[in-house]
Amino acid sequence: MNYKPAPEGFAGVSLMKEKFTQVGKSVPRVDAPQKVKGEAIYTGDMTLPGMVYGKIKRCTEYAHAIIKKIDCSKALALPGVLAVLTGDEAPNKWGIVPQSANETALAVGKVRFHGEGVAAVAAVDEETAEAALDLIEVAYEPLPVLLDPFESMERAGEMLIHEDSPGNILHAGDQVYGDVDKAFTECAYVLEKEFRTSYVNHAFLEPHSALASYDPQNGQLHLWASSQVPHYLHRQMSNVLEIPMNKIRVTLPTVGGGFGGKGEAASSEFIACLLSRKTGRPVKVTFERNEVFFTHKGRHICYMKMKIGLDKNGYIQAVDFDNTLDGGAYAGWGVVVMFYTASMIHLPYKVPNARARVRRVYTNKPTCGAMRGLGGVQPRFAMECLLDELAEMMGVSPYELKIKNAVESGHTAINNLYVPHSEYKKCLQTAVEKSGYLEKHGKLPFGKGIGLAGGYYISGTAYTLYQSYKPHTSVLLRVDTEGGVTLHCAAAEIGQGCTTVMAQMAAEALGIRYEDVHIVLGDTELGAFDLGSFASRLTYAAGAAIKEAAAEINQKLKEVASGMLGCRADQLAIKDRKIYSMYETKKTIEWEKVVQACVNSVGALTSIGHYSPPRRKGIDLISGNRVQGANIGHSPTFGFSCQIHEVDVDLETGRIRVTKVTEAGDCGQAVNPMSVEGQVEGSIMFAMGQALYEEIKLDENGKLLNPSLHDYKTPTVMEMPEMDTNIVDSYDPTAPFGVKETGEGAVQPTIPAIVNAIDDAIGVRFTELPITPEKVLKALKKKKEAD
Amino acid sequence: MKRIITLVVNGEQREVAVEPDLTLLEVLREDLGLTGTKKACNQGECGACTVLLDGKPVSSCLVLAVRAHGKAVVTVEGLAENGRLHPLQEAFVTYGAVQCGFCTPGVLLVAKALLDTNPHPTAQEIEQAIAGNICRCTGYVKIIEAITAVAQNQNI
Repeated sequence: MNYKPAPEGFAGVSLMKEKFTQVGKSVPRVDAPQKVKGEAIYTGDMTLPGMVYGKIKRCTEYAHAIIKKIDCSKALALPGVLAVLTGDEAPNKWGIVPQSANETALAVGKVRFHGEGVAAVAAVDEETAEAALDLIEVAYEPLPVLLDPFESMERAGEMLIHEDSPGNILHAGDQVYGDVDKAFTECAYVLEKEFRTSYVNHAFLEPHSALASYDPQNGQLHLWASSQVPHYLHRQMSNVLEIPMNKIRVTLPTVGGGFGGKGEAASSEFIACLLSRKTGRPVKVTFERNEVFFTHKGRHICYMKMKIGLDKNGYIQAVDFDNTLDGGAYAGWGVVVMFYTASMIHLPYKVPNARARVRRVYTNKPTCGAMRGLGGVQPRFAMECLLDELAEMMGVSPYELKIKNAVESGHTAINNLYVPHSEYKKCLQTAVEKSGYLEKHGKLPFGKGIGLAGGYYISGTAYTLYQSYKPHTSVLLRVDTEGGVTLHCAAAEIGQGCTTVMAQMAAEALGIRYEDVHIVLGDTELGAFDLGSFASRLTYAAGAAIKEAAAEINQKLKEVASGMLGCRADQLAIKDRKIYSMYETKKTIEWEKVVQACVNSVGALTSIGHYSPPRRKGIDLISGNRVQGANIGHSPTFGFSCQIHEVDVDLETGRIRVTKVTEAGDCGQAVNPMSVEGQVEGSIMFAMGQALYEEIKLDENGKLLNPSLHDYKTPTVMEMPEMDTNIVDSYDPTAPFGVKETGEGAVQPTIPAIVNAIDDAIGVRFTELPITPEKVLKALKKKKEAD
Repeated sequence: MKRIITLVVNGEQREVAVEPDLTLLEVLREDLGLTGTKKACNQGECGACTVLLDGKPVSSCLVLAVRAHGKAVVTVEGLAENGRLHPLQEAFVTYGAVQCGFCTPGVLLVAKALLDTNPHPTAQEIEQAIAGNICRCTGYVKIIEAITAVAQNQNI
């Protein structure tokens, strides 16, 4: 009795939209009750017996200096201090991209940005630890400070930030597809402009926190951390501490937001572990807010030149993109972000010829890294604004131009990106209809404007950051009569809602209810493998792994049920906690009874499901040649969206207010529509901050001027516009449950939609962020003088 | 030198010996184990550490513990009664107003203070009340919806 499950369509996927009972429902989040009661435990809330506190001594005198001497003797002599630590004690380099890993737990030899850690202490309480920091004496020899990426490249002969990076360039790459120059000569409309984005931080509310407990007797290390990437953290901890991964366990308590900022390891984690090993006591390191800004890893500042050419009918013929990324002091996600900016010019429009020349430069600033929608936000800003202006040149609506060029299902871009499914056109149509864009655009009184922009994002990646071809997500399902159904996966819930979504998908796949599924996440020892929460990958990846694991459980249950019911296993279906014959409806049995029968005969049921993404190569489709860095950007599927923003510009004060946002998104089948709305609404406010308010400021010596939530201005509820978000009808037949991403796609259109709306309001096209009242007033004055 | 202070925390009288420079936030989290109150900026800017002091919302990171002597403090742990969620807590769950949850305790307490003094606030009054609470996840939309639902006594 070993029937194989009936194949559903080709490649084991269903072609038709399925009828779901658990997926597609706005059920309340399973972690919400604990959070509203204040019972959710974040890392900073934890204490362990014998726990002591770690604090970091940071260089606040210079942004670039040689460390001549560190004297910790006075600190060590302070009563209550257990240990001090300097960079020399842990010189192994870490970084999420192993080829460019160049950070150390604490600075070794020199500091490269204002606020870099140079020493750390462990003490019985935070006050003693802080007092000890003041007793550490560090002698520096200042070096020239390079804050501008162009100056940094120019003066590289005189001063290198990293000895092994000539030109002060981490990496540079050219990606050329087709004949861009020839295509431009044949274009009827060509426009070229320069754009610059700003230096912004995630400003997640929970500062990084790490609690480490090293057991000197058995050599086991347990780390609790507020991280998005337990696996990559685990791997790097092993490198830095020179302890095998199997002796390290990483656990995520509740995580208070990440947005990419916890998407790589943080010095807090290394220092907690190193100090715990040194003292034999549990050590907790929780950052103050200014340390979150020093650690940074926020959005790359991009100096972009983009040129787009259209034929006489408005079809895009070529895109030329040049991008200098100011990456700050270390590598981090840098190479990956850089190649994402190159990849992101290929969608969501059909681009037959494309060229990207990109370079990521070191400067003496806190390091840039991954931030919600990484690599997409900057080129999207340039592209959507240029297309808006090109439409104006042609005398057509931006909507008409964009929908004409929009990609459809089954599109292969010139760099071999494959889009299995797209409802982008539906997004454009829906947002335009619901906002009245066509009736308003170009017709509102001076000072009021409406702007449209589109966007897309990946739903996961094709490759790991280190060379490996293992599955990216594994899910272990356990079904028994005691625990019920338990799903084990080392994925990271960072507030985005994956716990609930995974419960819904598992329940759907098993034919039960989402409340029946216990979800065990965020633990490298208890969970099956997962790469982490980034690249909007988890819903798709976990969905696929869950389907595979559930199919095996279902098959075992059907085999037992078939004996109990007296019918063929392959004629049984499982839904709503019942197992029944698809043909003889009277033959039905409670799911639980079959589980019990299974357990009684063979014991608890377990199965493991894996997900490996399709591995498309980054090649030039014309020549067939491999293109450097072009494996980056491939994804099993892509989410799309359109946003239309309406703005009021105060002509007296220069203040811009977004009054209404109409959004339409293609996230495939929404697993939890309420959560999708939450992601979209949050994304819009998040990106609005970058467009209008947020910017880290430095003085001429590289000292951070506003590393606090007082001086770094994130949007409050007072800036919230009226929001009309719409989930367009969508189902990707190649995806598990038809799903796609939503967490990062929705930040993409916000900035250009606002910028286009400002142009509609006052006839000024801004190309540098953030668009502050000062800039608006200056532009209005200039415009008045020109008129 | 330490001073003994008395606080009525969530209806229970508590005595704590505190250094004069200790904040109410530190006393709640470290001495009383009430970690539901969050520390996010320690500057009174983000609202995550909000508690009610004699019914009024305050940033507990800016209140010296000695100044709270003899006063009533309500933290997020004091909202539910006998295992039953406060209507605001219920609404936050139902309306999807919670994502990472780090701002949630502070927002709940500000909303409670508002509804305690003004049971049927206007939309503008709700927005003004939570203007000092930064939420980086939700875009505030569902937070407003949840508070509005309670204010309008909707079935949640």
